[in-house]
Amino acid sequence: MKPAAALVPGPPATPSLEAARLVLARDLRLAFRRPGEIVQPLLFFAIVATLFPLAITPEKSQLRMVAPGVVWVAALLASLLALEFLYRDDAHDGALEQYALSGQSLTWLLFAKTAAHWLLTGAPLAIMGPLAALALGAPIASIPGVLASVALGSIALSLIGSIGASLTLGVRRSGVLLSVLTLPLAIPVLIFGARATQLAIEGTDYTAALQLLGAMAVLGVTLAPLAAAAAVRISLE
Amino acid sequence: MSNLELRGEGLHLWRGDRHVLRGVSLELRGGEILQLTGSNGAGKTTLLRVLCGLVHPEDGHVFWRGENVRKDLHAYHGQLAYVGHEPPLKADLTPRENLRYWVGVRRPLNAADIDKALDDVGADEWRNRAVRTLSAGQRRRVALAGLALLAVPLWLLDEPTTNLDTAGQELVNRMLEAHVARGGLAVAAVHHELGVTGVTVRPLVLVA
Repeated sequence: MKPAAALVPGPPATPSLEAARLVLARDLRLAFRRPGEIVQPLLFFAIVATLFPLAITPEKSQLRMVAPGVVWVAALLASLLALEFLYRDDAHDGALEQYALSGQSLTWLLFAKTAAHWLLTGAPLAIMGPLAALALGAPIASIPGVLASVALGSIALSLIGSIGASLTLGVRRSGVLLSVLTLPLAIPVLIFGARATQLAIEGTDYTAALQLLGAMAVLGVTLAPLAAAAAVRISLE
Repeated sequence: MSNLELRGEGLHLWRGDRHVLRGVSLELRGGEILQLTGSNGAGKTTLLRVLCGLVHPEDGHVFWRGENVRKDLHAYHGQLAYVGHEPPLKADLTPRENLRYWVGVRRPLNAADIDKALDDVGADEWRNRAVRTLSAGQRRRVALAGLALLAVPLWLLDEPTTNLDTAGQELVNRMLEAHVARGGLAVAAVHHELGVTGVTVRPLVLVA
């Protein structure tokens, strides 16, 4: 029997940039079909940030002192909350398996997934962060600094979280384990994020802390998808 | 002469202390179907996952076109399609969207290609409904449309006829016949004999 020309070598593969765009578009579309999942962490952030004035004091000068800590702890917990949804559904319905068998780089496709995840949780948090800081008595001039620190920090958090989420794929009720795995890695981000926010609120130069956050985000971009892809492959065995 | 050939040599796999695959060997050439049978738990799905390179066997190797698949898994994956017993579809997306993303990640395709593939599996207006509202048989048909769209030489199918009505099972048989007539290969794990005609079907029975 003669091999049909159509079967070998087969149709050309999708260029990797287009493949990543499709993964990103798919995740965004899915999120908007089920908006509850993306609203949850944001609502959680808003609730935590509003509870502090009630629990501590409505005094603006004191609130301004704790504002960086409040914004960052709330942002960290909100991003942890959102992580559970990162791979769970795709692992359940076989989408991760198909990605692993797609002939495309799994690392690259997972990076696209994490980017979608950041757009859905990190980016809205970066917008809500300065608003929460303002509500806690931060000056208007601090908005760019707070926004930049939460934006950069949440990129690092999403990427660190993607490692934790992929490692806990085989575990049922992975929520607590996921936090235990991810939090130690997230602590440097918390420290420098809160520091940058504090300096921004005080009106002093915050670029050094911001640069460190940027370095952590770059480190995450380079290494986290590799680790996540390796963990996903193991979970598929 | 077709050089499409899938070979498994002495595949051994343990799951915990259970010896699931005990030295399974198989050989399949272009234009042939391997019919994989065996009782529940005999390792049919496991063997399929070993053949597609998701699971590493403890011993033995899989060869595709004479090369060990471990050498270049990406290239090998580009030539195979694996459809497990659950169709890999998103419940919140429509069949058309599902195919656009699932198949589109692997090969460029346009809306007309997708519609034609859905026509071929007998999808009517339900192609624009969320997959969650479809029956299991309709989902299976969408997976078959995806399989055809991928246009790869090697098919690895786990229970391809599950949940399908008689017409649907006929559809699977016709698709398999057309696939091997083009020189393709298929490994199908089934409970009932495939109803394909005019095709070399090699049997492989796994025992638990």
